[in-house]
Amino acid sequence: MTVTTYIFGVLSALATLAVVVEMLRRRRLRERHAVWWLIAGTLALIIGVFPGVLVWAANLIGVEIPLNLVFFVSVAVLFLVCIQHSAELTALETKTRILAEDTALHELRIQALENAATPRPHD
Amino acid sequence: MPSLLERTLIVMPAFNEEAVVKQVVLEVLEKLPGVSCLVVDDGSSDNTIAQALEGGALVARLPFNLGVGGAMRVGFRYALEHGFDNVVQVDSDGQHDPSSVPEMLARLETADLVLGARFAGEGTYTVRGPRRWAMIVLSKFLSATARTRLTDTTSGFRASGPRAVRLFAEHYPAEYLGDTIESLVIAARAKCVIVQIPVSMRVRAGGVPSHDPFKAAAYLGRATMALMFALMRPPVPLHNSEDVR
Repeated sequence: MTVTTYIFGVLSALATLAVVVEMLRRRRLRERHAVWWLIAGTLALIIGVFPGVLVWAANLIGVEIPLNLVFFVSVAVLFLVCIQHSAELTALETKTRILAEDTALHELRIQALENAATPRPHD
Repeated sequence: MPSLLERTLIVMPAFNEEAVVKQVVLEVLEKLPGVSCLVVDDGSSDNTIAQALEGGALVARLPFNLGVGGAMRVGFRYALEHGFDNVVQVDSDGQHDPSSVPEMLARLETADLVLGARFAGEGTYTVRGPRRWAMIVLSKFLSATARTRLTDTTSGFRASGPRAVRLFAEHYPAEYLGDTIESLVIAARAKCVIVQIPVSMRVRAGGVPSHDPFKAAAYLGRATMALMFALMRPPVPLHNSEDVR
């Protein structure tokens, strides 16, 4: 590994973390959605600064090529984030559906109240 | 004590049915005196609301399309809030004959959910290929779940008694095919009594049943999946069911 790739790795990890933290700071991202990105960014930073950790972890689990461990963990994180998003989407759809039902029922109720309040000219 | 029909709410989910909805509402109100008729406009872009109002129905307007399941939930919730005992779902395209409703309501004396089933020989409703297999598989599984013989599980012509209305106001599924397949599973598992009675169906004003084998195969797949997930989900209990019956 050359010095350039070392610096590149560390900077990439820092940039990732910076984006996530900045979005959290501006309230564009809620904590519960940021957790996985923070974990991924922190892992990337640790491995960027201490590449030996990756080799050690790969040996520990028995992964022959340390890089494969990186790919595996990346895919796992992306998978978890996607699943979380699908679940959130389902929850949101359920909520909008209930709100839509509520507006329909409220509209009926308002109509009935208005009809009762204003005597019709033909009556 | 109000009469049976006065305690009954007819719910019609309607999506872009301006051509027929007025006639269907008029026919329902004429053949079933005393009944209340709620048309749930499922985000139509045409004149459905005005036509339904002209026919004399109450109209609930959904701001966007939710599908039959979502529309029916509005109906069940309205019935619960306004003290209706029974809910009868009738299609707004006129294929269900309202003269079958009194017979269905009579069966609610001993049942919680009455399905109006299209029987062979009544009308010209024939199906072949994958769609037929789908119907056979569905009726086999659902008959076993509901502990009664059901031959037409996808019929949208059904009457719900007080227990089913309370159950459905909370748990009617809004997914694709949820209003037919999963709702039966939910009702059966909540120990609702389900029966079917034969009704004759009229030919829909505009439209022939699809015989495209690919569409039918897709339908079979989706129906099987809907059934599998419905059976896998935890059953929902019917709260304080003892004090009713």
